[in-house]
Amino acid sequence: MTLALEVRNLRKTFGGGRTLTGRPRPEIHAVRDVSLSARKGETLGIVGESGCGKSTLARMLVGLLKQTKGEIVIEGKNLSDQVGDPAAFGRLIQYVFQDPISSLNPRKTIREILEAPLIHLLGMDESARKARITELFDAVNLRDEFLTRYPHEFSGGQAQRIGIARALAASPRILVLDEPVSALDVSVQAQVLNLLADLRKAMDLTYLFISHDLAVVEAVSDSVAVLYFGRVVEVGRAESIFSAPRHPYTSLLARSAPIVGRDLARTESLAVELPDPLRPPSGCAFAARCPSATMVCRDKAPAIEAFSQDHEAACHHPL
Amino acid sequence: MTALKLIARNHLAAFGGIVLLLVVAMALLVPFLPIADPDLTDPANRLKRPFTDGAVLGTDHLGRDLLARLLWGTQLSLVVGAAAAVIAAVIGSAIGIVAGYFGGRTDSLIMRGIDMLMAFPYILLALAIVAVLGPGLINALYAVAVVNIPFFARNIRGVTVALAHREFVDAARLSGMNDRQIIVSEILPNVMPVIVIAMSTTVGWMILETAGLSFLGLGSQPPQADLGSMLGEGRKLLITAPHASIVPGVMIFVIVMSVNLLGDGIRDALDPRLRSGALSRPAAATRVDRTNNPPETRKVDALLKVEDLHTEFRLGSRTYRAVGGVDFEVRAGECLGIVGESGSGKSVTALSLLGLVASPPGVVTGGAVRVDGTDTLSMNGEALRRLRGGRVAYVFQDPLATLHPLYRVGDQMVEAIRCHRSMSKQAAWDHAVALLEQVRIPNAAFRAKAYPHELSGGMRQRVGIALALVNDPALVILDEPTTALDVTVQAQVLALLSDLRRERNLAMVFITHDFGVVSQLCDRVAVMYAGRIVETGPTDDVLKTPSHPYTKRLIACVLELGGGRRVLSAIPGLPPPVDDLPAGCAFAPRCDKANDQCRRGDIVLGGNGMRAVRCLQPEGLPI
Amino acid sequence: MHLYVLKRLLAIVPILIGLTVIVFAIMALIPGDPATAILGSYATPENVEKLNRSLGLDKSLIEQYFIWLGNMLQGDLGRSYSLNRPVLDEVLERFSATLILAGAALLLCTVWGLLIGIWTAARQYGWTDKILTFIVLIGISIPSFWLGLLLILFFSVQLRVLPASGMFAIYGGGDLPDLLRHLILPAFTLSVVATGVIARLTRSAMLEVLRQDFVRTARAKGVPESGVLYRHAFKAALVSVIPVIGIQAGFVLGGAVYIETVFQWPGVGRMLVQAIATRDILLVQGGVVVVAGSYVLFNLLADLAQSWLDPRVKT
Repeated sequence: MTLALEVRNLRKTFGGGRTLTGRPRPEIHAVRDVSLSARKGETLGIVGESGCGKSTLARMLVGLLKQTKGEIVIEGKNLSDQVGDPAAFGRLIQYVFQDPISSLNPRKTIREILEAPLIHLLGMDESARKARITELFDAVNLRDEFLTRYPHEFSGGQAQRIGIARALAASPRILVLDEPVSALDVSVQAQVLNLLADLRKAMDLTYLFISHDLAVVEAVSDSVAVLYFGRVVEVGRAESIFSAPRHPYTSLLARSAPIVGRDLARTESLAVELPDPLRPPSGCAFAARCPSATMVCRDKAPAIEAFSQDHEAACHHPL
Repeated sequence: MTALKLIARNHLAAFGGIVLLLVVAMALLVPFLPIADPDLTDPANRLKRPFTDGAVLGTDHLGRDLLARLLWGTQLSLVVGAAAAVIAAVIGSAIGIVAGYFGGRTDSLIMRGIDMLMAFPYILLALAIVAVLGPGLINALYAVAVVNIPFFARNIRGVTVALAHREFVDAARLSGMNDRQIIVSEILPNVMPVIVIAMSTTVGWMILETAGLSFLGLGSQPPQADLGSMLGEGRKLLITAPHASIVPGVMIFVIVMSVNLLGDGIRDALDPRLRSGALSRPAAATRVDRTNNPPETRKVDALLKVEDLHTEFRLGSRTYRAVGGVDFEVRAGECLGIVGESGSGKSVTALSLLGLVASPPGVVTGGAVRVDGTDTLSMNGEALRRLRGGRVAYVFQDPLATLHPLYRVGDQMVEAIRCHRSMSKQAAWDHAVALLEQVRIPNAAFRAKAYPHELSGGMRQRVGIALALVNDPALVILDEPTTALDVTVQAQVLALLSDLRRERNLAMVFITHDFGVVSQLCDRVAVMYAGRIVETGPTDDVLKTPSHPYTKRLIACVLELGGGRRVLSAIPGLPPPVDDLPAGCAFAPRCDKANDQCRRGDIVLGGNGMRAVRCLQPEGLPI
Repeated sequence: MHLYVLKRLLAIVPILIGLTVIVFAIMALIPGDPATAILGSYATPENVEKLNRSLGLDKSLIEQYFIWLGNMLQGDLGRSYSLNRPVLDEVLERFSATLILAGAALLLCTVWGLLIGIWTAARQYGWTDKILTFIVLIGISIPSFWLGLLLILFFSVQLRVLPASGMFAIYGGGDLPDLLRHLILPAFTLSVVATGVIARLTRSAMLEVLRQDFVRTARAKGVPESGVLYRHAFKAALVSVIPVIGIQAGFVLGGAVYIETVFQWPGVGRMLVQAIATRDILLVQGGVVVVAGSYVLFNLLADLAQSWLDPRVKT
């Protein structure tokens, strides 16, 4: 199987450098040496809590943010030098935002919003645009009469479909879905998730599905990568990674999610504190919270290791 | 009554608009009006009083007709002031947009420059510019415009910075638009209202400032006269001929006042926060406007008993029935979960209990909320205050926004203690630290001295919980307390709440949208839809055998870990808007079992024992 | 905290430098030849050149700037040709008069502005609010130089209770009560607009803060309404009001130009107007640098007050 997307040693550091007086400015390593790949036609789920770097990663993948280091290869094309130029990425990879309403310009009609990528990325003429927009609206199950309306007239679920239609307008091969349903109510979430599944099949798309919600990720993904503190700590198949995790953090995540009918999990000591991004721990970032941490964990960050063909984890003491 | 109305804001704005329109029309028509030549001197008729023959407003020290001079001067002042406003707005906004949009070095360089301009006291810079260019009306215009550029640049920059980080700008970039296209088609339309507001609130100022420079003799030069220079000439004869300075002064005042009135109106009309009532002061307690007055006290077994509670939001002509008749009770030590999607009225229900719904626009329109049998909605301010944070306490969703940013967390707890009992500051502080320890905050004595922004989300929410516990409440109302937290932190906070409940025999009302959380913490659950409870019962029963079609289908939508990859169930359609609820069952339009009867009349919440459901065709066994 | 004060102090150095550059540049740009202006148009070319050389005007602009800056740092702002005395002496003397006037006005506008702002916010849409809001609107719309004239007409000409002009009575005055009597009208006039601006801002800041979640928390924990208003809302509102008080100090210092002219107050503003009229460049330069510099210092104080109030600023 061929790869739709490959990321090698991607890194993003904010801040840094020196002040006018020569003192070093604090650095935040939002993403540290992340390597990932997504196969064509698959959904790669990316899971992590706030501050794990998942949104920074996503913004680099679509060219909105320049990486500090590392390579991005999309559909066999190395785009590493064109990051920061979203237009170069736009026809290959697109982005669906978390907050559907704020991702639509309040002062533009839906038609104007959908036309932008058709004009600027594909250079279509008016009749071609008209046809394409009808096609797109059909694909996301919205009625044509919505085209002349403004974003505030739509519910979250409808607005998210418009966001998806916009992302699909330039016929990209990959969609980065950044928490696409977390702003939506449960009863509406499924509408959007099912639509996304249908579209993937119909258009042979590859998805990067970013979420903090393990259940949602498990339900839509083929494989899953778990991020903690800017690093990939575990990668595996969706069906097995949460039921048989190798990294203690993945296990903690899986046990923390509240589940109907299961008693309250005593996951970890209540007094535990999360690492400070300005003063990162020297070894494994999870060591302070990890029940099986030893000296080596606090000294040395573990490298990612393969346990089977599809399962990798970065841990000195895998489960 | 008309006088009363005139004071009301919009009438004032309209009044200002009309006056301004009249002045502008007059200024435009000056050349065609049958008035004297404004520059024609007539020393024989100098300093005539107003209302004398041939000179309605009198004459000045050279015998020139004051009415003619006033009208021509008005025209000049208006033109110059407006021109200065336009120049300042265009240049200042352009600078602000460029600085705000590009950010980084461009921004700091430009803004340092603006800071330098702002380091000069306002008029002083105008004086210095006039000193360079030499006195003259056009030079005064430039000076006033330049002096106002920083104001626009700063304002517009602030708005642009916020816009440039909005997701739709990223979306436009991904659509292949370049910076210039984004500025023109994405940023500018959104900044425009702010520019208009800024202009409408400053144009009056600029008219004043140009008049001021002329008054000092640095603006228009004789014989040409604007209102300011007329005033300057009149000043020299203040005592012998006061009308020569009063007349132009009144005109300046009328112009500026009408511009300001209109400007305020424009600002109010364009500011969305004002329309939504977001800038009106919420009263100390929610307004209660009940048609039926239930007895103030009634003996009840439950700690909290809510009877047919109705809460509405009245915005303009619309009425949003956020809570439309809610009944429930909570016994001592019991935990009730209230579950619902956004807009179901669950949070408004929680806030209504102790009158914390902001009003305006919120109004409690019916029902009773009994704590130990006494209706909180009938309580006077002081009784309600004693109850709040005393026997009944609240924990809110986002602890960063709900803790005061300028006080140390320990001091906020001390204040809560000392509002309810007399205790020395030191004793209260020690008590606060002890509670922070009880909510498992490491190094509590040190953390008590921290400000909220110095703590992590999980720690802040623990502070929020400790704050609720300071006066040993019997009941805690928790409004989505873990929604803003990460799952692993949420698990910690839930475990903490469970421990505290047992240790202190706390009763809880737990508001959430998450069935998983409810199942772990609550004894009973009530499911809300469109402002009403549709089903209630013991948590396990309701979750295992839901009776209401909505509950059943909502539970089916909840994804659980371990289910593998699948097609997900959804409920088609949307909840009805609460300002336009359908007759009968609010869920009927989305329900596949609904028939004509479901769409008629009021459907009661009926049941036996602990279970109750608001449905004509409940799922499973008929009740 | 000390570190922050130091940082702020260092941060105003470039602003002060920029300020002197701007002042110098403005004056260097003035068309016409100062020497000709001083000597009159009948001067011989030799005399003009001689004076130019003695004024240092034959050197390059950058050299001139550094000479000017160096002299200024040593307290030498040159000599005013129209008054024939050192600029620094004149400016300092005038500036102390302005400081009295502007300080009194700033005190008035801060106290009244904050009070009116809180009153109106606390009684929003009530009668107090409507009436005060309207008065405030009149206050910010009325030309201060005209208001000054009206007040003179009423209190000095009609009622004869307050002096119309000057800082002290010509005969027999000179003590503090005399100064205060002379101060009432100009200080009030000068404070009117700034009072209005501060009141309007305080009102809207209070209303905004009163809608915040943390105010609801305060109510939920049983804080009495007066505590909600003053301890919680007002303190938070003050964070956005203090910078505006800083800006108002600029308006008051600048507005003093009009008021000093109307009331014949012997301040630096009236001096500047006269100096511009007589094209006494050195005097204008000196006046502007001193006033602007003191304004920068005042804003530094406002900054520090804000950081003392708001712990988030320092991080």
